[in-house]
Amino acid sequence: MNVVKYLSGLLLAVLPILPLPLPAQGELVIVIDTGVEKTLPIAVVPFGWDGPADGPPLDMHVTIANNLERSGRFAAMAAPEMPQQPAQFEHVNFRDWRMLRMEHIVIGSLKQTAAGDFEVVFRLLDAYKQTQLSGFNIRATGAQLRRVAHRISDIIFEKLTGVRGAFDTRIAYVTVREGADGDQRFSLQIADADGFNPQTLLKSEQALMSPAWSPDGQYLAYVSFEGDNSSVFVQNVRTGERRQVAAHEGINSAPAFSPDGTRLALTLSKEGNPEIFVLHLSDNSLQRITRNRAIDTEPAWSPDGSKLAFTSDRGGAPQVYQIDLQGGVPSRLTFAGNYFARPRYAPDGAGMTMVYEQDGAYRIAYLDLDNGALSVLTSNRLDESPSFSPNGSMIIYATNGRYGSELAAVSADGRVHQRLALQDGEVREPAWGPFPAD
Amino acid sequence: MTRQLLLALALGAFITACTTTPEQTQDPEVVDGTDASAPADEAAAAGDAGVQTFGADAERDAIIERLDDPDSLLSERIIYFDYDSSTVQPRFDEIIQAHAGFLQANPRVMVTLEGHADERGSREYNLALGERRAQALKQQLVVLGAMSEQLRTVSYGEERPADPGHDERAWERNRRVELIYPY
Repeated sequence: MNVVKYLSGLLLAVLPILPLPLPAQGELVIVIDTGVEKTLPIAVVPFGWDGPADGPPLDMHVTIANNLERSGRFAAMAAPEMPQQPAQFEHVNFRDWRMLRMEHIVIGSLKQTAAGDFEVVFRLLDAYKQTQLSGFNIRATGAQLRRVAHRISDIIFEKLTGVRGAFDTRIAYVTVREGADGDQRFSLQIADADGFNPQTLLKSEQALMSPAWSPDGQYLAYVSFEGDNSSVFVQNVRTGERRQVAAHEGINSAPAFSPDGTRLALTLSKEGNPEIFVLHLSDNSLQRITRNRAIDTEPAWSPDGSKLAFTSDRGGAPQVYQIDLQGGVPSRLTFAGNYFARPRYAPDGAGMTMVYEQDGAYRIAYLDLDNGALSVLTSNRLDESPSFSPNGSMIIYATNGRYGSELAAVSADGRVHQRLALQDGEVREPAWGPFPAD
Repeated sequence: MTRQLLLALALGAFITACTTTPEQTQDPEVVDGTDASAPADEAAAAGDAGVQTFGADAERDAIIERLDDPDSLLSERIIYFDYDSSTVQPRFDEIIQAHAGFLQANPRVMVTLEGHADERGSREYNLALGERRAQALKQQLVVLGAMSEQLRTVSYGEERPADPGHDERAWERNRRVELIYPY
């Protein structure tokens, strides 16, 4: 560990920018602040184990139960309270579970093969109908087990709530740590949606901002100040290769991939004033979208790709506007306050989340686009950078915590709150990635 | 902190450069400022055998002396702004006037205007706000006699706070434009 730190310090001294996937120092720790009253009870039984005596590389049932609880929709039964811990369907005594009014039981097993891989069996059972609702049998490497647990969580979530699960997804974020010289060190990282498995995509001595996923999850666009000015890069998540796509005079910022992945909306002030442009990634051609002397920035694509929402202070204070890409005059969407900024559409396009100032506090709000109703979802002082989970059920955002900026999540209805704290530094600007490609 | 260190390093490098001629430096501005051509020509006229020697950095020396004079308004290099505002307040008029006059008198001197914002609200909007503050200051300096070619603007938004705190006092210190001379 010390050696790794020492080495990365050395590399940093030579190369301020290091676009390599490195293991990160700290993982995100998730704490559920508030739950909801109506949660679905579920029992995730410890998985059976057929392998070396030192046990399985991952406690599958723990990862699954944590995922389900974190969603705020489930209450998982503690293992000691379970009437039995069967690993196979034939061994389940449904009557025992029914007496505890436990309707849904998850059982499974893990077996190490001669090749060193693992066979995973998973079943979701209904204790009242005494049937299997879902299940699979899959082979995985040790490194893939956590992902398998996320997929199992997704299946359970969808089966029992009717909503597609988003546990097998990733988040990108920026971390800030203080170096030995007292200066800040920035890194762009990705992690599983539960905060595990963090990987570093970029390290820099200069600020990094605004990570944005491509719709296929293979690229991240971001803003870097490495050249003494802001510029926009697009980096391949897997290979670390990257391309500078905007480095004009003035600000180059706020990248957002179009839903079809072919274009990047961004903010450039190369013509003297921050305006929104669309960059066509195939030929680097630019199309100017806004024309106004005010600040226009923070573009977000509507899910159907036909509109851009953005922040503008053309009315005297920052408000959220929407413009049709076919042309036309931007329409103002927010009215009930002096500060609305950084809109992000919900995946279903029916609403958007944004930053909203209320009595000097900056909070995350949801605007219903059908009826114009505004709901304030958080109650902190300095919340920013909201980002929807791809299934629309959660919003991850940055808030001010004990160690400076940290991540938090809130359910889209505002009822479930969680905090995700990095143990040794600041975390900011979360961006929730897309569903994995099947 | 970083800036002071950099300044110290830059000055250190400059002192080293003074003791070794001919000067070798990567700063293009410095190269421009070193050809104190009139005295060099005189030296050449008085010289012999086709050899010429040059003194370096006299102009630069004078510039640094003026900028670092604590009694001069030029030592004031931060202009502060109100919340979500890029209006330059009249209380900074004298300082801005001093810098404009200095730039007018030293047309080869460049200055970078670094715009910043406090942490409240969204980061990207603050990046734009920082730029607008830097541009507002640039416009005033030009009106007062500086050439726009001498002035570069850059915004760091809320990414480089002068004060890391999270209260009104810190925010006041962070809503600013810094005049950065390359010396």
